[in-house]
Amino acid sequence: MQSTYVHPHYAHVPPTDDGARHKVVVVGGGLVGLTTALDLAHRGQQVVLLDDDETVSVGSRAISFAKRTLEIYARLGLGARLLGKGVTWNVGQVFFGDRSIFAFDLLAEPGHQYPAFVNLQQYYLEQWLVEACQATGLVDLRWRNRVVAVENRPDAVDLTIEVPGGSYRLTAEWVLACDGAHSFVRETLGLPFVGKVFRDRFLIADVLMKAGFPAERWFWFDPPFHRGGSVLLHRQADDVWRIEFQLGWDSDPEAERAPDRVCARVRAMLGPDVPFELEWLSIYTFRCRRLEKFRHGRILFLGDAAHQVSPFGARGGNSGVQDADNLAWKLLAVLRGDAPQTLLDTYDEERAAAADENILASTRSTDFITPKNEAARAYRDAVLELSEQHAFARPLVNSGRLSEPAVLRASRLNTPDAGSWTGGLPPGAPAADAPVVCDGREDWLLRHLTADGFTLLLFGTPDEAPAAALTAPAGRTRQGAWPVRSVFVSPVEGDGVLWDREGLAAARYDAQSGTAVLLRPDQHVAARWRSFDAVAVAAARRRALGITGDERQRIPA
Amino acid sequence: MSTLDLTPRLTDPDTLFEALVEAHRGLAPDASRRLDAKLVLLLANHIGDGDVVQQAIAAAIGNPAATPAAPSDTA
Ligand SMILES: Cc1cc2nc3c(=O)[nH]c(=O)nc-3n(C[C@H](O)[C@H](O)[C@H](O)COP(=O)(O)OP(=O)(O)OC[C@H]3O[C@@H](n4cnc5c(N)ncnc54)[C@H](O)[C@@H]3O)c2cc1C
Repeated sequence: MQSTYVHPHYAHVPPTDDGARHKVVVVGGGLVGLTTALDLAHRGQQVVLLDDDETVSVGSRAISFAKRTLEIYARLGLGARLLGKGVTWNVGQVFFGDRSIFAFDLLAEPGHQYPAFVNLQQYYLEQWLVEACQATGLVDLRWRNRVVAVENRPDAVDLTIEVPGGSYRLTAEWVLACDGAHSFVRETLGLPFVGKVFRDRFLIADVLMKAGFPAERWFWFDPPFHRGGSVLLHRQADDVWRIEFQLGWDSDPEAERAPDRVCARVRAMLGPDVPFELEWLSIYTFRCRRLEKFRHGRILFLGDAAHQVSPFGARGGNSGVQDADNLAWKLLAVLRGDAPQTLLDTYDEERAAAADENILASTRSTDFITPKNEAARAYRDAVLELSEQHAFARPLVNSGRLSEPAVLRASRLNTPDAGSWTGGLPPGAPAADAPVVCDGREDWLLRHLTADGFTLLLFGTPDEAPAAALTAPAGRTRQGAWPVRSVFVSPVEGDGVLWDREGLAAARYDAQSGTAVLLRPDQHVAARWRSFDAVAVAAARRRALGITGDERQRIPA
Repeated sequence: MSTLDLTPRLTDPDTLFEALVEAHRGLAPDASRRLDAKLVLLLANHIGDGDVVQQAIAAAIGNPAATPAAPSDTA
């Protein structure tokens, strides 16, 4: 069926290192495994990546990649490619019956390099990730390598790997389990994956057509062409459109899969005169569930292996990419002896809290779309009927609350606020982008953050900058591992500063002259102050590396 | 936090009761249920305070712990 994309074939190379020991082995070369491997490689770490297949994602899977994900991929060098090939969109429309009831703009404010969302078929992104991994020269990609046994020892993990014609063994200091929703690693460790199944079925048809619809997310409740169900329409690259029909629990998945039947549904929606071809079709039942802990000794779980959500809200892949972003620098800091192993427990704490947020949002959306009893249906229909006439009811309509990055509010890596703030970004929030001017050129704030250390944003005019920050950018911290680099954000133009010409950076960070914001290597806020204090910066950096009083004896920092 | 007011506040309770019941006349059970749901949503938005609505839910379920002690003259 598929005509717009040819899946690459990655050759299997017979292994030559039976019994070898590696520092980091990633199990699973899907979206999240590849992103994790690339992030580690970007930071200079060698990685072995095992995947049981020999190509990228097949079929109808992720299409919507959120702003934060795009910013992470920008850091990894794929931002421009995503913007170039993907379909940019910010607006969603909700229909009830045959009428549009309202539209929402997910990026209502200007001054961001990346849009709210880009739609792109998952296989493109995975293919680019493979290419980017290869280009680093640090990722040993091993196709048709299926992990079939795992022994999680206190100081290392033994893996048995099946390859064409036999099997071999590897020992890994750290295993990153990115082997998807059916994770073998999770199952072989006997770890429960608990949550709920939604009693509904969805037909997903990816359709090739030249259509005049705008690049927006359109969601119908009870449209005339599909009475009693919901329908989603979304544009992807290559003139491929995703159409999703809610079928109900009593539907017969086999009968629904028949191409004639699918075509009839699509024709009823588009009208008789719109020519289209089916690219791909599948039938899904959705679930929301997660592992209780994402770290089990030397095995860390990321992506769908750790947590699974329904697609309403595009939170699956996007949250998996944030898992990778959260873990890569921490693992590296531990591997290099710059931080205690307990830093990895904060991966579990921070990302489990994020998973709960995503599961809650996606469960609520799914419960709205598929009411679970008569009372729920009555409230749902009441909301929809009221929302046609009354603006107050529109925020209650839930067709998917679209992925937003987690604010790691409760993290122990945060230095709690002192001083008074009237908004801005609290500790734990991901850094906000803003347009700036650098050396006379239009630029973006996020492009100036350090990935292999901490960034201290110092707001104010250059002549107000604290001398200590100018001469010793890291305060008193060592300039070896994970240093603090100062970035000056100024309301006036000047040498070596980012000129915040429109004042958007200051506004987004609630900054006044003198405000200092410390950002972690993954761009989340670690601490903020109303004025620079070298000792406080050094302490906040240590805290964000998970270094507590006891560890200071062992780990110089 | 505002507290759900459980003292009698209606000047003409009989008319209100009648209006609520009348609104359902001739409605099938599902339409009737939807009407009640709309009423709840309209009133909840008018109140505009989630805490108060939560207290009302608890009171409706009959959870005494979640209901502020009602003054004795409401009996
Ligand atoms: C219909 C649909 C729509 C979606 N839409 C969106 C969206 O718009 N936005 C979004 O962000 N997310 C979306 N998602 C979710 C997204 O596709 C997943 O969250 C994402 O693919 C998870 O990536 P992953 O790498 O964790 O797992 P996977 O992509 O499943 O990758 C797992 C990899 O592990 C390999 N593997 C498995 N077992 C082994 C083993 N034993 N040994 C070696 N390798 C192994 C597999 O071959 C595979 O390559 C959607 C999902 C569906 C189904």
